[in-house]
Amino acid sequence: MQHVSPIREPLVTGGKTYHDITEDVCRQVEAKPNARWAAAFAVALVGLAIFLYSVYRTLWYGIGEWGLNKTVGWAWDITNFVWWVGIGHAGTLISAILLLFRQKWRTSINRAAEAMTIFAVICAAMFPVLHMGRPWLAYWVLPLPNTFGSLWVNFNSPLLWDVFAISTYFSVSLVFWYIGLIPDFATIRDRATGPIARRAYTILSMNWTGSAKAWSRYETVSLILAGLATPLVLSVHTIVSMDFATSVIPGWHTTIFPPYFVAGAIFSGFAMVLTLMIITRKTFKLEDYITLEHVESMNKVIILTGSIVGIAYTTEFFIAWYSGVEYEAYAFINRATGPYWWAYWSMMTCNVITPQLFWFRKIRRSLTATFIISIFVNIGMWFERFVIIVTSLHRDYLPSSWAMFSPTSIDIGVYVGTIGLFFTLFLLFAKFFPVVNMAEVKAILKSSSEVKHNHHAHANTMHGTATDSNTNTHHSND
Amino acid sequence: MTKKFVLGIYDDEDVLLQAIENVRAAGTKIYDVFSPYPVHGIDDVLGIKRSRLPIVAFFCGLFGTSFALWMQIWMLGFDWPMIIGGKPHIALPSFIPVTFELTVLCAAFGMVITFFIVSRIRPTTRVNVFDKRSTDDKFVMAIEVNEGTTDISTLNNLLRSNGAIEVNEKEVIK
Repeated sequence: MQHVSPIREPLVTGGKTYHDITEDVCRQVEAKPNARWAAAFAVALVGLAIFLYSVYRTLWYGIGEWGLNKTVGWAWDITNFVWWVGIGHAGTLISAILLLFRQKWRTSINRAAEAMTIFAVICAAMFPVLHMGRPWLAYWVLPLPNTFGSLWVNFNSPLLWDVFAISTYFSVSLVFWYIGLIPDFATIRDRATGPIARRAYTILSMNWTGSAKAWSRYETVSLILAGLATPLVLSVHTIVSMDFATSVIPGWHTTIFPPYFVAGAIFSGFAMVLTLMIITRKTFKLEDYITLEHVESMNKVIILTGSIVGIAYTTEFFIAWYSGVEYEAYAFINRATGPYWWAYWSMMTCNVITPQLFWFRKIRRSLTATFIISIFVNIGMWFERFVIIVTSLHRDYLPSSWAMFSPTSIDIGVYVGTIGLFFTLFLLFAKFFPVVNMAEVKAILKSSSEVKHNHHAHANTMHGTATDSNTNTHHSND
Repeated sequence: MTKKFVLGIYDDEDVLLQAIENVRAAGTKIYDVFSPYPVHGIDDVLGIKRSRLPIVAFFCGLFGTSFALWMQIWMLGFDWPMIIGGKPHIALPSFIPVTFELTVLCAAFGMVITFFIVSRIRPTTRVNVFDKRSTDDKFVMAIEVNEGTTDISTLNNLLRSNGAIEVNEKEVIK
């Protein structure tokens, strides 16, 4: 059976039973929306309205509404794209990579983190599609038979690889997420009292009954999907980094980009998961499921990935000098001391220094400190992409074409707007879907709850209890 | 046509696993077991064979790999050859990312669609749930009653002596 570590803290506190889990998670789905949710949703809708207006301006008047110029042809759009895709990566890391590593603490946060992935990828996809200028021709990026002389897409281009990577990532994540939701929808269906809710959740739960055979296949499918999603998530940000690395722009043309981007993605994603989880656990009273132990584990991932990112920044700088390439060296000196020095040093402070505070256990376990640092990391990672993109472009090989970039209100509107879009989707999810994976939390309850821990502590004095004898018999089956 | 089932309700996974073993040892055929979460070790005691879905995933993935390579080689190598960045027409290294993505896409979707078909997971408006508590906190063992041959009271005793907290009868339209 399961080994219970005497050191590890319980993952579910408050002495919960299976039924308590169902009650605690279904409560917010079944209750009327509370005032706090409604207020948050209203703010998100304002953001969505800003998004729609900015998109309307972008499409009606064209890309000239953005602050791009001949020298800086990519700026906030691609910055926001990479930022959102990176945020999405934590969800897949939690649901797939931690599943392969059998990390049980993922169970109560994976649902919301995967939802975050899906919504973040939706926000990310807005930017390249809008930057096309005529999104109604977006299907031109697909290798479809066409009337232009059967001219195919260019399979040598990283931008095309991105099309395949992002769409595969989105659809596989969506399927993975939905399969996990099916048993929980069945739980809600079997409790539903209203006719509309019952009908809706019956359709959503896809004929699920929880039969042993179906569970057996479900577990196989989850494991294989996790195995497929793990290299997939690494490939996605690798390919995103190749959008830059395969070009010959100083500051972009480096082999360090793929691992550096992947670490940065996980770093920013975990920061966003923490931001969302700290709010969600408070709003929906899930403190017994998303415990300080979970927060601490995520903070440890932040120290690790934050340090990798820090080493990458230093390595880049060193190699710029060591390579002896004049342009490369200038690009980096310009980043740190040029007109965009404030962006560079914001990035360094937020990404390299702040996460190091998590070496202190007290800070790692403080919700307020974690929340503040997670916001810092989100900001820092946005600046990282801005620094990479804009500072490399704005001073290219020809000083006569050097330029500066400043965003227009529409640039800001599209960016702030996607945050509105993200929170609109996330709040709808939090209201109508179970935010914690009930089935998976129930599955770890016996081995990782407080009750189990206490039981084990007393086990020495309780000779041959019913549970113990069963545990022993079960041993022979393994 | 309706079928009659005897349902043994359990509230602990270890008791359930032991009960399944004992009930099967007594020569009773278990129709199915319903649980709120995947119970580890239930496959062995119920005699459920390992799923062959990974094999499906492998072959779907293989199809994805072959299709992607064929598509890129044919399109850029034969149908409309073009020189791009001084590379050969069939520049295999730069075909790898798309090949990888399509492999993952086909493997994942092929496996999931097969899973949905074989486990009859599909949008419906009516679901046959034996006991609604089986998606909440109870484990339900269903045994089919054959009129004339099955002695319900013996079955009742067998289930209760193996830790069932309740034994119910239910008719289900099949």
